[in-house]
Amino acid sequence: MTNSPLTPGVVPGRLPAQAYHDNFTDHEPPLDGHEARVAADRCYFCHDAPCMTACPTSIDIPLFIRQIATGTPEAAAKTIFAQNILGGMCARVCPTETLCEEVCVREVAEGKPVEIGRLQRFATDTLMAKGVHPFTRAKATGKTVAVVGAGPAGLSAAHRLAMKGHDVVVFDARPKAGGLNEFGLAAYKTTGGFAQREVDWLLQIGGIRIETGRALGRDLSLAELQKQYDAVFLSIGLAGVNALRAPGEEMAHVRPAVDFIAELRQSADLSSLPVGRDVVVIGGGMTAVDAAVQSRLLGAETVTIVYRRGQEKMAASGYEQDHATSAGVRIVTHAAPVAVLASGEVEFAYTADTPDGLKQTGETFRLKADQVLKAIGQTLTGVPEGLALTSGKIAVDAAGRTSLKGVWAGGDCAAGGEDLTVTAVAQGRDAAEDIHAALVGA
Amino acid sequence: MANLTSNFIGIKSPNPFWLASAPPTDKKYNVERAFEAGWGGVVWKTLGSEGPPVVNVSGPRYGAIWGADRRLLGLNNIELITDRPLEVNLQEIKEVKRKWRDRALIISLMVPCDEDSWKDILNRIEDTEADGVELNFGCPHGMAERGMGSAVGQVPEYIEMVTRWVKKHSRMPCIVKLTPNITDVRKPAEAAKRGGADAVSLINTINSITSVNLDDFSPEPMIDGKGTHGGYCGPAVKPIALNMVAEIARSAETRGLPISGIGGVTTWRDAAEFMALGAGNVQVCTAAMTYGFKVVQEMISGLSEYMDSKGMTSTADLVGRAVPNVTDWQFLNLNYVTKAQIDPDACIKCGRCYAACEDTSHQAIAMSPDRVFSVKDDECVACNLCVNVCPVDNCITMRTLPKGAVDERTGRKVGDYANWTTHPNNPSVKAAE
Repeated sequence: MTNSPLTPGVVPGRLPAQAYHDNFTDHEPPLDGHEARVAADRCYFCHDAPCMTACPTSIDIPLFIRQIATGTPEAAAKTIFAQNILGGMCARVCPTETLCEEVCVREVAEGKPVEIGRLQRFATDTLMAKGVHPFTRAKATGKTVAVVGAGPAGLSAAHRLAMKGHDVVVFDARPKAGGLNEFGLAAYKTTGGFAQREVDWLLQIGGIRIETGRALGRDLSLAELQKQYDAVFLSIGLAGVNALRAPGEEMAHVRPAVDFIAELRQSADLSSLPVGRDVVVIGGGMTAVDAAVQSRLLGAETVTIVYRRGQEKMAASGYEQDHATSAGVRIVTHAAPVAVLASGEVEFAYTADTPDGLKQTGETFRLKADQVLKAIGQTLTGVPEGLALTSGKIAVDAAGRTSLKGVWAGGDCAAGGEDLTVTAVAQGRDAAEDIHAALVGA
Repeated sequence: MANLTSNFIGIKSPNPFWLASAPPTDKKYNVERAFEAGWGGVVWKTLGSEGPPVVNVSGPRYGAIWGADRRLLGLNNIELITDRPLEVNLQEIKEVKRKWRDRALIISLMVPCDEDSWKDILNRIEDTEADGVELNFGCPHGMAERGMGSAVGQVPEYIEMVTRWVKKHSRMPCIVKLTPNITDVRKPAEAAKRGGADAVSLINTINSITSVNLDDFSPEPMIDGKGTHGGYCGPAVKPIALNMVAEIARSAETRGLPISGIGGVTTWRDAAEFMALGAGNVQVCTAAMTYGFKVVQEMISGLSEYMDSKGMTSTADLVGRAVPNVTDWQFLNLNYVTKAQIDPDACIKCGRCYAACEDTSHQAIAMSPDRVFSVKDDECVACNLCVNVCPVDNCITMRTLPKGAVDERTGRKVGDYANWTTHPNNPSVKAAE
């Protein structure tokens, strides 16, 4: 090994081979059967349970936990999948600390929630390990639906539509299906190629064809899809990245955090993946944390997240922030980038909340940075003509209907979501139900 | 998914899970909520004779015992039969049955021990269109002091007599609910059968005092400084109920008499165990009272999963499957030899097995200075206590010695099946002359 965490520049192989394995193993190891029963035993089977209300996909959490407690994790998995076909991924990546577990009565009472996320993983892993797909298709309707984007929203919609008997084609611009499940998210949350295994498992329902390498606007047009299919569901995500709007951001060592993560997720050999000695991540969301922590795990000596507002405003949860700091990431708040400097530094200005909004105080500081990752949000690009937008996203009603007849949308590209896997799944599912109702004339 | 449809003495229900006659089935409101949640049937809370309804205490009716974390393990109650007017109950039963045709609706009855009283109540319930009646010969508190409930259930002749009256004055299927507060449950079951009962249901609650208030020196639940024995139910009573169900299922006199299993059914597994021991369906109360009616959903999914895993397509495939394997002690194979074995990798070195065996059993576990525990095969009598006290799943297991292997404790080879009836130590075995 020639490189170390101290090697200047953006270089690969900073760590011994074993360290990559250890660093990117399951962040939260799965529960074994005994642990699952003990964890399940803590659930009170609450009436009208707060956890269930907090779940964007409304999984019947008390019921599935009771099914684990009584030794039927397969039944538990069915309870989960009936509401959320990507329940396996959501078990791994949901910020449960701000959803179901935050409102668990035992969290409120004792500060120790029932471990809902890990129990969900136990149930879904058990069923998936058996290769069982618990749903079958309804009688063929003869209707066809195009889904554009094979991320969580698209896959969720496709599965529900296929289950209802429609024939579905899912187009995706990338070479693989999965969307951010495959190309985003921290690798240690979804190890062992889980995203692809989950896609393969989901497709066992039948009636879904995936066409990769087909981008809307390049290879496909919405007008054509509308002609060829009985309905179209758009789940194209957010392909654009917000700019820092600071001089120097065009320099080669400045790149979007989502690209860094995508490259990492697709890397077959993490030791070949270059990372800076001093990494600066600009932003305050989950993408910032995922990029920062993984930079550390790849061997960066110092990693700093810089966020322009206060810590309480960070989109990353307290749990995620703690995870970052325990991985050795420093979090600096109330600081905005002023310039990326040729000296290998970034200059920041401190900010303050004022009655007129966030203002720079005039005081500045510099951080060493041979790699700068931008994680200040993504934007919708390549929207087909004629679709009404709101706040930069595709305008939809509660059922996912866009301004164009026969076109639905969901996931990150649609207005109203929370940019979470689980909300995307819910939107895809609900839009599919509405498409089904429209197609069969219910 | 396995077909859970149940046909119990001609009474059909979408699943074998009925709510037992108890507080949860006292009103149309509760019963409809139960049906909405998925219960296959209900036995309406016991009706009494016409006239002024019974009066309940206005202090606490329930006492309980709990595990750590307040898991409710046992419940007792001193509530009497329905305290609502008979006409109100009859009207509601009729309304519910008309609305929920696919669910079973049974009426529990308890009236004084004379033929006219029974004839009268049976006439009154005739046009409710209920599917059957259950005779409450079980409640051990309150009503028993007035010569009803378990006071009848403890006298087989009375059971037979009343059952006969019921069969004489009604065409409805008749289930006789038995009290466990007797010495041999087969006797009342036989009496019910003789009287013409279509089925028995058991167990009703067990006489109990759940706890004593050590400041006021009164049993709980305490009513103005005094307490009385109540009927015990819930998970804690299940082993007692299972045995009583099995005794009736395997007895030559009562074999084939349909049984509705009751007593601590909380999960699908409990239900499956009752059914394997011969219960055609199960009745539930405490689990619903603890967790709400939704708890039935786990029972449905769990039983269905289990039946699928066993290739069973109908509940009839399960009912009675374990009955042939319930036997008397004297027929157990005395040449069946097992030895405990401890998995050192699974062991967490708590030493509970050692303490149990060394202090209270056969000194058959060795403990090394570095806390490695191992079984001494030459001392182990295979009592299973170490297995039962070990906190780790499958850490201590029982290994069956194959035929011909030497049991190091006795020095004898494992032989063919032989039981006490032929054992040389049995004084009643006559040596062949």
